Amino acid sequence: MNPKLKLLYGILVLIALLLPFQDFIYLVFAMKVLCFALFACAFNLLLGFTGLLSFGHAAFFGTSAYITAYLCKESGLSPEVGIILGVLGSGALGYLIGSLAIRRQGIYFAMVTLALSQMVYFLAVQLPFTGGEDGIQGVPRGMLFGLIDLKDDVAMYYFVLSVFLLGFALIMRTVHSPFGQVLKAIRENEPRAISLGYDVDRFKLISFVISAALSGLAGSMKSLVFQLATLTDVHWHMSGEVVLMTLLGGMGTILGPVVGAGIVVGLQNYLANIGSWSTIATGFIFVICVLAFRRGVVGEIAHLFKNKH
Amino acid sequence: MFELLGITPQGLVAQLLVGLINGSFYAILSLGLAIIFGLLNIINFSHGAQYTMGAFIAWIGLTQVGQWLGFPELSINYWFALILVPLVMAGFGLILERTMLRRLYHLDHLYGLLLTFGLALIIEGMFRHWYGISGESYPAPELLQGAIPLESIGIILPKYRLWVVVSSLVVCFSTWYVIERTKLGAYLRAGTENPKLLQAFGINVPLMISLAYAYGVGLAGFAGVLAAPIFQVNPLMGSNLIIVVFAVVVIGGMGSIMGSILTGLALGLVEGLTKVFYPEASGVVIFVIMAIVLLIRPAGLFGREK
Repeated sequence: MNPKLKLLYGILVLIALLLPFQDFIYLVFAMKVLCFALFACAFNLLLGFTGLLSFGHAAFFGTSAYITAYLCKESGLSPEVGIILGVLGSGALGYLIGSLAIRRQGIYFAMVTLALSQMVYFLAVQLPFTGGEDGIQGVPRGMLFGLIDLKDDVAMYYFVLSVFLLGFALIMRTVHSPFGQVLKAIRENEPRAISLGYDVDRFKLISFVISAALSGLAGSMKSLVFQLATLTDVHWHMSGEVVLMTLLGGMGTILGPVVGAGIVVGLQNYLANIGSWSTIATGFIFVICVLAFRRGVVGEIAHLFKNKH
Repeated sequence: MFELLGITPQGLVAQLLVGLINGSFYAILSLGLAIIFGLLNIINFSHGAQYTMGAFIAWIGLTQVGQWLGFPELSINYWFALILVPLVMAGFGLILERTMLRRLYHLDHLYGLLLTFGLALIIEGMFRHWYGISGESYPAPELLQGAIPLESIGIILPKYRLWVVVSSLVVCFSTWYVIERTKLGAYLRAGTENPKLLQAFGINVPLMISLAYAYGVGLAGFAGVLAAPIFQVNPLMGSNLIIVVFAVVVIGGMGSIMGSILTGLALGLVEGLTKVFYPEASGVVIFVIMAIVLLIRPAGLFGREK
């Protein structure tokens, strides 16, 4: 990696580590950003690096959130076990939805994932243990490894931060591995990748499952941070939001989704007071991004630097 | 046989009629999507919002517009709305196509989907901001109020619902006729196959594309007016429907006009039947069918594998 980039990552991690020692940024807000940043990074693995637009990623985010919330609340499992089972659940769901969806390409792929995730939404409304409209509330954060009490926001923050960094590192590792190169080849020119002898469908499916499992990880963390899992987590608006985060930050860039998540979550926090305007604003940002700056914030900056040198 | 299943024939017919009505909406909306997709290669995610908009404009025309203009007695009745709203919506579509969608044709199709998704959020958010999510009711026109009793089978047919089914079928099949059987339709089909060649023959392809989009949006507006007296006019009516319509499109396959009409109607009926025999599954049955169809025929029932 470029030494300047290394320095940048170092500084960012340092800032993240020092966050609990200040009064300007509310820690729960920072945790929310981290959860959605992980979600967006996982989504970007699929859209930005494999070229597959899934419009149903809320299904994985939400499923895992429900599983973790249910297990931690009703079965009294410890948070780490709840998270692992949630991730396994969303990974398995990712395998199911993925193996159906990769049979179609492009816009069809997007529509199929959207429709299948809507099926998950219906299940979340109707199944007996999801709490219907209310969702699962009052989920205990529990004791991590039986040692660390996560009720404390600072402890919870460091836990969320370490999970985020772990997920982020895993995505970076995937992208820069030979496997990641094949994914990029599929994104750029699928027929050529096929003619080179790669089993394209298998690569797509693996990438889909990794992305689903990591989205699930983000959903599990979110359900612990806010101590609830609700229909919002599986609604298709959530799928749209994660697309927006990735698009706004810059799809196909490593840091883009993190920046995008920060901007979108920040906007929602500030626009929450004006109710339905937040939907309208989100819509406008979407339209402007698609029409005017398709590279996204990080993508445009990177482009600027590239042109200078 | 009916007694065995615990269902009265009246109940069955009533649910089938409800299914047929939903099916008419699926058909007319997926037809609009198919036309737009055929020429513009864009999945019009704002189709549902445009349907909502149609219903709202009809409602505003009936109840609000007089006060806005200072003539409280003025109101646009259902029959005028049925003509006026599709025209207004078509004009709206024309503006959208000229100012925004046009810039995306040379890009990946996904950008079209994302742009129209943004538009859907804006439209939905605005109606939510102005009118809340509680929903407004729109009375059926006097001519179509009441019901026709069919004593021989012991059910009553609400006139308005019958009208919805008949009028949407007429619109769907005349659209099919124009596209598949007339010269204008031949140009349209040629435009989807090879726009450059068609342009070389001196046909104004960009204009044709704009008009096709406008027509598709007009269809969504028309469906909105038809829906207003049946459902509550509320900002979310379209976004809930559009996902089912997407599933219909995947099942039917995007290629064929007739495919979208027939699949839409058939799936409405299937949904109605499910409501009779296994009500819990009625919300998901279409998605289950979609999964099965994808396993057997990935291109859809009427689609061609590319």
